[in-house]
Amino acid sequence: MTDQAYNFAYLDEATKRMIRRALLKGLAIPGYQVPFASREMPMPYGWGTGGVQVTAACLTPEDTLKVIDQGADDTTNAVSIRKFFERTADVATTEATAEATVIQTRHRIPEVPLTEGQILVYQVPIPEPLRFLEPRESETRKMHALSEYGLMHVKLYEDIARHGAIATSYAYPVQVEGHYVMDPSPIPKFDNPKLGDNAAIQLFGAGREQRIYALPPYTRVVSLDFEDHPFEPTKADHSCDLCGAGDTYLDEVITDDQGSRMFVCSDTNYCVTRQAEAEAGAAQ
Amino acid sequence: MIRIENLSKSFTLHNQSGVVIPVMAGAHLAVQPGECVALTGQSGSGKSTLMRMIYGNYLAAGGSIMVGDVDVAKASPREIIRLRRETLGYVSQFLRVVPRVPTRTVVAEPLLALGIPSDQAHARAEHLLEQLNIPQRLWSLSPTTFSGGEQQRVNIARGFAHDYPALLLDEPTASLDAKNREVVLSLIEAAKARGAAIVGIFHDEAARDRVCDRTVDVTGFTPQRAA
Amino acid sequence: MTQDQPLLSVRDLAKMYGGRIGCTDVSFDLWPGEVLGIVGESGSGKSTLLGCLSGQLAADRGQILYRGRDTRQMSEPERRLLSRTEWAFVHQNPRDGLRMGVSAGGNVGERLMAVGARHYGDIRETATDWLGRVEISAERIDDRPRQFSGGMQQRLQIARNLVTSPKLVFMDEPTGGLDVSVQARLLDLLRGLVRDMGLSVIIVTHDLAVARLLADRLMVMKDGHVIEHGLTDQVLDDPQAAYTQLLVSSVLQV
Repeated sequence: MTDQAYNFAYLDEATKRMIRRALLKGLAIPGYQVPFASREMPMPYGWGTGGVQVTAACLTPEDTLKVIDQGADDTTNAVSIRKFFERTADVATTEATAEATVIQTRHRIPEVPLTEGQILVYQVPIPEPLRFLEPRESETRKMHALSEYGLMHVKLYEDIARHGAIATSYAYPVQVEGHYVMDPSPIPKFDNPKLGDNAAIQLFGAGREQRIYALPPYTRVVSLDFEDHPFEPTKADHSCDLCGAGDTYLDEVITDDQGSRMFVCSDTNYCVTRQAEAEAGAAQ
Repeated sequence: MIRIENLSKSFTLHNQSGVVIPVMAGAHLAVQPGECVALTGQSGSGKSTLMRMIYGNYLAAGGSIMVGDVDVAKASPREIIRLRRETLGYVSQFLRVVPRVPTRTVVAEPLLALGIPSDQAHARAEHLLEQLNIPQRLWSLSPTTFSGGEQQRVNIARGFAHDYPALLLDEPTASLDAKNREVVLSLIEAAKARGAAIVGIFHDEAARDRVCDRTVDVTGFTPQRAA
Repeated sequence: MTQDQPLLSVRDLAKMYGGRIGCTDVSFDLWPGEVLGIVGESGSGKSTLLGCLSGQLAADRGQILYRGRDTRQMSEPERRLLSRTEWAFVHQNPRDGLRMGVSAGGNVGERLMAVGARHYGDIRETATDWLGRVEISAERIDDRPRQFSGGMQQRLQIARNLVTSPKLVFMDEPTGGLDVSVQARLLDLLRGLVRDMGLSVIIVTHDLAVARLLADRLMVMKDGHVIEHGLTDQVLDDPQAAYTQLLVSSVLQV
């Protein structure tokens, strides 16, 4: 059912080669932002154009693709990107994390530990962690090159000064292999520990900003902090109201106009799987 | 301690068609430790010019000005700064300070510059201010708002804060009342007693006769005006 | 203060803007604890010289030996490290030297964090101490510089620069756009800090009164050349060069 009007996975082969070269460079220099010639995609910036291009460059006909948006497989963004690749690459798709070979994600890392051979592709809105403090690109590049990262701590300092604790709760900056400070995309800081020492390949694509960066498997990734204000991965102090998991990242859902609320796993596939297992257990 | 030989000075007024005004030639002066020498001569004869040259404030055209082992006529700015900090004090007629600095600190500054601990320096400053009858309520105010006589006394206190081996005094007793004049004269006598070499300008003849060992008329150093 | 080596030795420094002279034939030594004033009118080359000395502009010729090493031969990382540790630069406009969106404490703490401070409590304590030293109330530590008066901003910039105890401070018209009363307070503060920390300072100013109160020595510049160089009060009271005489006699007496 491939739409024959398009090359495999939408992008032409030369573009995919260009992106793969950027990906290889990114993998060779973990955390370093590699510029690439981002293409116009048939979706607006902010909808994951960077991630889609990286995914397109990685996909082979044998791959199984999973797309998640804020942990869910069934939100608009996830559905449309999945459809896009079903149509342009005719690849198999899945919602099961363990069955996927390529996972494109926005704002989450799946709860199930990833394995060797899997590729996790992140959609990145603003790749430059120094951007809000230093507007000059020429200057931020030098700061990266020379590992001049005092400014990152200024940002965390401001957090503590204003809120009494490091209030940054997503896009929490990390340092990769003792050198490059990297924006992990807007994942909750609860997910930060999964960035490091991960068996999967992690690729980051920023379409509008035209940057690609990467973490090869088993890379050392440290979340920045202060000695007296150590990094803490935080989540809502609850268990999932659907599957009962106490160790997952939770979404707060308002259920009516009276302010009733429930907490549910943000990773829908993980939650559904646990509920099914519980039912199967109860049925026996 | 101070030895001046064959000193000369002229001013070149570039902005008044380059007029050269010779103001001093062949000046000689020697002052021993513990000795006080008064410069005399009519107004405009070059007393202040000579004092300023000794202090390094005016450049010499020729000759030498030995203060201790430094020749002020040839020394680098750095050597003169050090000389002024450690060896050569100057009580001018005008108080020149950063506005807003309290009087107590103005007086203590020469000591602070020598690295003397702040509490010690300020204690010495307060002692001098007390001696010179500056009311205590003024100590924390800037001297820029004081009366002429008070400013003069602050200036003297500052000049005597450190025991300089050489001292230049420009009209130290001018505009002082009898009581404070007495205090200043006794300070000068004490400085002499500890071995300071002093050069001064005194219009107050009684004061001059009391503290000075001899006088030198600088009129003799004025070059003969070419007709 | 009897170190035998100059902190900074400049020899035959020159910077051209095309065929026009920025500054040329500049040579001098700066000793530890010494304050050197550079005076001259706009366009005399004093800011160009300061830019070359501080590494913000590339000189075309000459040597700038800092503690015996030519900063023109240093690698960029080395020079950048120097400029956030042993050197400091106080800009005329505090907006150029401060991060306006970052709190006062963060501004002061930045240089500490840049050299590896990673203890929030210690950083804050040091920042509080420095705010006190520049007479900014500790209560203002979490306010942003935008909420400060011009004089406070300038004092904050000074604290931010001096927190790592630099040896050499470059100042470009630090009392520039400030009210006279605010200027006096800043001058007093600077003098105290220079004395207590043993700082060496190169200060560019067109205000001869500021030069007289802060500088030990003066260099007078005109058309990119140093035309007179000497002890501050000597240059001002007994100027030798025609231009200096004109400059000094042009100052309005109060």
